[in-house]
Amino acid sequence: MADFETPAYTEYPVIPAIKMGTMEGSGPFIAKPIHNEPLGFPGELVENWKQVALDKMQELLGKYRSLQVYLDSCVKCGACTDKCHYFLGTSDPKNMPVARQDLLRSVYRYYFTFAGKWFPKLVGARPLTREVLDEWYNYYHQCSQCRRCSVYCPYGIDTAEISMAAREILDTVGIGQKYCNEIIAKLHKIGNNLGLPEPALKNTLEGLEEDIEEETGVKVKLPLDVKGADILLITPSADFFAEPHIDGLIGYAKVFHEAGVSWTISSYASEAANFGMFIGNYDNMQKVSMRVREAAIDLGVKRIIHGECGHAWRVAYSFWNTLAGPFDFLDQNYPIPQHICEFTNDLLKRNKLRIDKSRNDHRVMTFHDSCNVARASRMGDKAGGQFDIPREVIKAVCNNYVEMDQDTIKEGTYCCGGGGGILTDDLIEVRVKGALPRMQALHDVVEENGVTNMAAICAICKSQFSKVLPYYKMSMDMIVSVHQLVSDALILTGQKTDEDESKEDESK
Amino acid sequence: MSFLSFTYVIMFYAASLVLFIGLGRKIYQYAKTPAPLKIPTMPAPLTNTGVIMRMGREVVFFESLFKANKWTWIFGWLFHVSLVLVFLRHLRYVFPQDSIIGAVIGLELIQSFGKYASYTMVIGLLGLLGRRIFVDRVRYISSPSDYLMLLLIIGIAATGMLMVFVSHVDIMQLRAFVVGLFILQPVAVPTELLILIHLALVAILMFIFPISKLLHAPGVFFSPSRNQKDNSREQRHIADWAVPLDKTRGNK
Ligand code: SF4
Ligand code: SF4
Repeated sequence: MADFETPAYTEYPVIPAIKMGTMEGSGPFIAKPIHNEPLGFPGELVENWKQVALDKMQELLGKYRSLQVYLDSCVKCGACTDKCHYFLGTSDPKNMPVARQDLLRSVYRYYFTFAGKWFPKLVGARPLTREVLDEWYNYYHQCSQCRRCSVYCPYGIDTAEISMAAREILDTVGIGQKYCNEIIAKLHKIGNNLGLPEPALKNTLEGLEEDIEEETGVKVKLPLDVKGADILLITPSADFFAEPHIDGLIGYAKVFHEAGVSWTISSYASEAANFGMFIGNYDNMQKVSMRVREAAIDLGVKRIIHGECGHAWRVAYSFWNTLAGPFDFLDQNYPIPQHICEFTNDLLKRNKLRIDKSRNDHRVMTFHDSCNVARASRMGDKAGGQFDIPREVIKAVCNNYVEMDQDTIKEGTYCCGGGGGILTDDLIEVRVKGALPRMQALHDVVEENGVTNMAAICAICKSQFSKVLPYYKMSMDMIVSVHQLVSDALILTGQKTDEDESKEDESK
Repeated sequence: MSFLSFTYVIMFYAASLVLFIGLGRKIYQYAKTPAPLKIPTMPAPLTNTGVIMRMGREVVFFESLFKANKWTWIFGWLFHVSLVLVFLRHLRYVFPQDSIIGAVIGLELIQSFGKYASYTMVIGLLGLLGRRIFVDRVRYISSPSDYLMLLLIIGIAATGMLMVFVSHVDIMQLRAFVVGLFILQPVAVPTELLILIHLALVAILMFIFPISKLLHAPGVFFSPSRNQKDNSREQRHIADWAVPLDKTRGNK
């Protein structure tokens, strides 16, 4: 498959001894001018990059309290050192969260602190050089901004914030990451990460309608750009074409159908993901968010519901209101935005859906908490609802459910290994190795409890697992969408089930 | 006043200035730097009371560190709690015995707790130093200053303990010196070597506080991932610098 070794399973989770430089390298593909310029960044490395980088750092220090406080406060206690899946999978000490921060902190200290200016050796400060810049590029693209380290740090230091700042500085001097910047440029131009234009989208949705009708005999609509619909669905564009995402989308459509609500997808805002966050850039993140607002106003909807996506739900839940609010033109009786799991769980609780759990009996399920849903957002009206609600949905539609190791779920969940702008083939080694802790936990419940499938509510997790499961000798279709489970157990009004058919046969 | 006393007086006034001005500037900087987006580490409290509780658990019990690593937690917590107890005991050098505070800190309980806490303090510090030396991950992230910081505090503790448990020094003279500093009428510093070393190390600690990782003390209170509440669906949080970017201003 590739020129690196997939880490092996162990009997217990182990903290590896550090091995210097295992993930040294030149990082992911560098963006070309056509990718950078539409985002407002220089096409390539600017001549006075050093000054530009330091100016940017100073600017960010003044704009983000998080950056200033986090760079000052670390006591090097080491509590975070074994918390990052990229360290656990690669043993490269620069993938320990504090060491990742130090790549930037050392430069901060050298130029912006008394101790670093006068006693650089003593406090581990170093000047900014081309090598340092390249090192940033490499190692800040081995961080999925999953925030796991921030849970365990006594000061809540969130390496994701440092990574975002570092990527913003890199973009500002003209070294962007191709994967992220190309996608953001596409989104600004067309409205989704895939560059899927309206006619193609229409086609896809019609195809899905046919599929559902064929399978169930019921006409379930997947409406596009319907003015006056009640609900605007914002979902990751992977839901339109990738497996197993698409089965999730079918699930949402069936749920909406059964709820009897009018809903629509927007071709203008046909993307939930917001890669502006990955590159730490407020302007781009806001520009992407504004599309949702504009689409909602344009279509005249009353509510916004958000599909299964992790980092996207963080931006939607935590940032939309700030970046693109106030949403005072929407119906205030519903959460803005509302997660599809919140919506479905509410229907399930009120018994509004006809569910036959036994239809999922061939599966023994477990659930992967997506990092940004778990540690950067919420569902429902109680803290921790982001853990409970997806589980309630799964348990309402499946009979067999098993939890993975306590240290690997809920707030301690491990990232899939592909979040935060890492989900690209040029970073496959990072992705495979970073998936180790999750693969290990999954493998354990497969062995012990006969788990057959793992559900997730994030487009990145689903794509990443489909790709890396085979490296760990598991089948790529183990990963399913939560709403695929709902879809499989849901019996539509008027849908002919096998049972009905056999009854009919008897009465004949 | 002798040259020695003069040096010590100047040293302490300078250290105090650096400590308070430096710390003040930092706190002001943290307070005035905007936190443009809500980034509490979730699940986060939904109310202000909840935030106060979370911060309280963090500051008093080191909740996150407890989740992370039991060894680092036990050593770190032991050190900090002991530090508080030892600090309380030291207040008797400042407050007159006949004042209320003086009476409270004069209590046998506080005095002997403060005395024996020095042991647990040193145990904690040695534990932290041991981890720094022997755990490869922690060794990798340590700079010389990280070791020196521990050695400095161990030095302060050790000289203090020597004075309490081994070779007793003239407490009244020391008290007079400290009180003199506080009421701005400095008197001669005691000349016992242990006292001089102890005091000099403390002054160094004061000097480096605002320029070192000791900033974690004010820092923790300003950490957005710990001090924010989870209400972003209900409320907008626009930093001043982001207002001109706010494209919805026209709408309302
Ligand atoms: S945010 Fe996640 S990926 Fe980044 S350093 Fe922390 S634990 Fe590792
Ligand atoms: S846990 Fe926090 S304070 Fe400790 S080393 Fe990591 S980032 Fe620094």
